[in-house]
Amino acid sequence: MPKLSPTLHLAICTAWTVAALYMIFLYAPTELTMGEVQRIFYIHVSTAITALLAYILVFLCSIVFLWRRSPAADELAHAAAEVGFVFCSCVLVTGPLWAKSVWGIWWTWDARLTSTFVLWLLFIAYLMLRSYLLDPARAAVLAAVVGIAGGVDALFDYMAIRWFRTQHPQPVILGGPNAGLDPRMGWTLLLTWGAFVCLFLYLLRLRVALARSRREAVAVRREELTP
Amino acid sequence: MFVKDLRVEWRNRETLALMCVFGLLVVFLFNFTLETGREEALRGLPALLWVDFAFVGILGFNRSFAAERENACLEGLMLAPVDPGLLYLGKMLSNLVFLGVAEGIVVFAASLWYNFSFLPAFRSFFWIAFLGTVGYVAVGTVFGAIAANTRMREVMLPVLQFPVAVPVLIGGIEATGGALRGDAPSSYAWAVRLLVAFDVAFIVLSYLLFEYVLEE
Repeated sequence: MPKLSPTLHLAICTAWTVAALYMIFLYAPTELTMGEVQRIFYIHVSTAITALLAYILVFLCSIVFLWRRSPAADELAHAAAEVGFVFCSCVLVTGPLWAKSVWGIWWTWDARLTSTFVLWLLFIAYLMLRSYLLDPARAAVLAAVVGIAGGVDALFDYMAIRWFRTQHPQPVILGGPNAGLDPRMGWTLLLTWGAFVCLFLYLLRLRVALARSRREAVAVRREELTP
Repeated sequence: MFVKDLRVEWRNRETLALMCVFGLLVVFLFNFTLETGREEALRGLPALLWVDFAFVGILGFNRSFAAERENACLEGLMLAPVDPGLLYLGKMLSNLVFLGVAEGIVVFAASLWYNFSFLPAFRSFFWIAFLGTVGYVAVGTVFGAIAANTRMREVMLPVLQFPVAVPVLIGGIEATGGALRGDAPSSYAWAVRLLVAFDVAFIVLSYLLFEYVLEE
């Protein structure tokens, strides 16, 4: 991976976000029926996809960690869970803001809402487990087990909720990028998503760098203590 | 392992008594919110039963590994020349028996207190409860072992267990509701299939991962 300095990375993030904001508020056309509030959709969908990618990263890193025992994989999983949790929270905040004005309600137990909520709970479970374990080596192994179990579970949740709700259709409209999306809207979404991925990677590398220097500090101190 | 757990439990009957009493209390508390009539009961009963099973299970899983921790029994077990996967299966079976017994008592009490007869659909109800319980216990046994390592194990276990058990609860509640209403089995077959798939996936996964949970 080519080395990109953190400052440059942050600068790219900032520029990209400003461009995305311009696209969202000035370039993309106003939606006919929903009006201005529809613009939250770009942020909502982008953070949702990023949060899902974060969990997939946690799942894969957990497998790699148990298999290879590389501390780097564990640090990446932990960082992805923390940043993913923030993104998932964004999804759960922006969703109801949009839903209140379009559906008229803040929340409904619809398929996608429920599965996002379960994803959020999985992030919480993973992070809480890590903070309640004192020994970092144990924490890494146990968290990896939970990360894998959660990943498999997410698949089941997805299927369960899908079947469950197709049995009992709900009178809600699922706003999704179906056919008929204005190409300008499509570009805005793509660019916003790119900005969020860029931000995600930036936060991720900060967390990973922090974890690595913490690990090195512990190692140095241990060397000093052992005569 | 399985036989040992049953024997210990038979001698002091602590966990099982706790689980049964707690299960009965939940059924009792719910009677304030549910009307006792067949129609009303049908609407609320499946959810009530599964939520009750979920709570009772948490109690059992917490005790299951706390008992092993107390006298460093777990270290002794790990020294034994057995596959950790087999330890898992033993623990799982004993948890399954405990939860099964507690569920039996809860169902009996619910049928008595809500004037609801399970007999017409008893066979399908039994199998659905069995499949759901197997899945719940398969996950709970691993998470019980994980939570036993943490500082706040009683609090940690539900946080881990409930999100992961969502498919079991959905499948269990839907299938139970279908069976008790006397619907055609094909209308809730998806829920039963979901339970079977969940059981198989999580037993295999836990069997493989348990080794990592035990290592020090």
